[in-house]
Amino acid sequence: MTVTADTGPAPEALVAVPVRHPWRWVSAVVVLVLLGLLVRAFSTSSIQWGTTRHYLTFGTIVSGAGKTLLISVVAQALGVALGVLFAVGRQSRNPVTSGVSWLYIWFFRGTPVLLQLLLWYNLALVFPTIAGQDTNALMTPFIAALLGLGINEGAYMAEIVRAGLGSVDEGQTEAAQALGMPRGLVLRRIVLPQAMRVIVPPTGNEFVNMLKTSSLAYAIQYGEVLRAATNISSANLQVVELLFTAAVWYLILTSAFSVVQYYVERRFSRGASRSLPDTPLQRIRANLVFGRPSGRSA
Amino acid sequence: MSTPMVLAEQVHKSFGRIEVLKGIDLAVEPGTVCCLLGPSGSGKSTFLRCINHLEKVDAGRLSVDGELVGYRQEGDKLYELKESETAGKRAEIGMVFQRFNLFPHMTALGNIVEAPVRVKGISKKDAAEQARALLDRVGLADKVDAYPAQLSGGQQQRVAIARALAMQPKLMLFDEPTSALDPELVGEVLDVMRSLARDGMTMVVVTHEMTFAREVGDTVVFMDGGVVVEAGTPADVLGNPQQERTRTFLGKVT
Repeated sequence: MTVTADTGPAPEALVAVPVRHPWRWVSAVVVLVLLGLLVRAFSTSSIQWGTTRHYLTFGTIVSGAGKTLLISVVAQALGVALGVLFAVGRQSRNPVTSGVSWLYIWFFRGTPVLLQLLLWYNLALVFPTIAGQDTNALMTPFIAALLGLGINEGAYMAEIVRAGLGSVDEGQTEAAQALGMPRGLVLRRIVLPQAMRVIVPPTGNEFVNMLKTSSLAYAIQYGEVLRAATNISSANLQVVELLFTAAVWYLILTSAFSVVQYYVERRFSRGASRSLPDTPLQRIRANLVFGRPSGRSA
Repeated sequence: MSTPMVLAEQVHKSFGRIEVLKGIDLAVEPGTVCCLLGPSGSGKSTFLRCINHLEKVDAGRLSVDGELVGYRQEGDKLYELKESETAGKRAEIGMVFQRFNLFPHMTALGNIVEAPVRVKGISKKDAAEQARALLDRVGLADKVDAYPAQLSGGQQQRVAIARALAMQPKLMLFDEPTSALDPELVGEVLDVMRSLARDGMTMVVVTHEMTFAREVGDTVVFMDGGVVVEAGTPADVLGNPQQERTRTFLGKVT
């Protein structure tokens, strides 16, 4: 701050009565009462929570959760790769490339993902052998789930990536071209890295969706966590208990990813603002040192 | 005289049905500074962009250092240049934009070494050494690791000039380099351009800075409505304009 010298003593800090928010207290009480009723209803019901807790760490459930994570990660990775490919393809000046990209997005975004999973899984009915190999042996539940989920995701990612590429100022492309950079290099080094800031948040959202949508692979015998849970409940008939077991696992996976997402987004905001925002940990540490930040948060 | 660095003969350019350039004739000799003046919409920037292959010429001939822009001539036939060939030609021409267009995700140093490393294949170490020297030359030796958002407009534009110089261009194009700057930052950018001119760089400068044109320009070209209205030495065009339109324009800006 530039201040001219000799301005005399600083004026006293203002003291004012802050605005009161009585309705916040009222609504908080209402919500607490409703929550209490809900918890009571479930705890006095016939649900055996012990069963839910018992199966949380049961072998097939844990490996099912692992398979849910595995298929989600690889299918999302495939989706991102295809998304970039077809987003760039749509912008291509080659009419064949842009036509094929349009067709891909049109078909895979226009039909249900469950239908696509069933199509891949039943591919043997159309092509009994592929390159001399038995299609049924090739098309394991994992491969079918990967293709079904990943290729479907690619169509959505293509639209997200397209929006990201479009968000980068045209002057960036011109400046890079003026330096003699060919198109591929301009895309890879200049446009895509800047588009990431727009692409990453919805991609995180897509991945959270993928964690849950992967439960559809249940229909093609892939042993993800929901299938593992229903396998058990079909034997012990404790359907709701095991659904809650699976629900807890989904919440663990999605919550853990939210943390990852925060740091990834922070990484890609470099250069967009003058300084990076503090991480939650840094904020906690700062508060411990300097005491509570002054002023009430509104 | 030697081959002109830029030679335009009856250059035409239209966007849709709007004709922006209606037959430009112009020659820029190597080692000279040519200042393009004129009201907005007169086609100055479009002409500059044509020189750097950012726009295609519709009719007439435009050549840089004796080679046609955008085409290759074999006998009587013209062949469109391939993407990669155009890129190669652009690498020899430096361009500075009104809005700087620095790459915001790279530091000042990163901006400058990008093209020499990726396009020319210079080693990262040599490129960084050259970049530091260039930053020193534009007076920003202490801003090596700064991101564009951390720099003032004038500093950004000086980094942009250093970035263009890093490709060792034979021609520098400036598209209203000081128009987006706060008045007190204009001088520092013009100083860098002056020193470039002194070192014998061939420059084509679209500008509204009359003082700069008068002091640094070897030729001044006044454009209006897509044609060259008047061209000559600064003393002639700015001091003793022959055309009514030039007089009206100069009367308004000075």
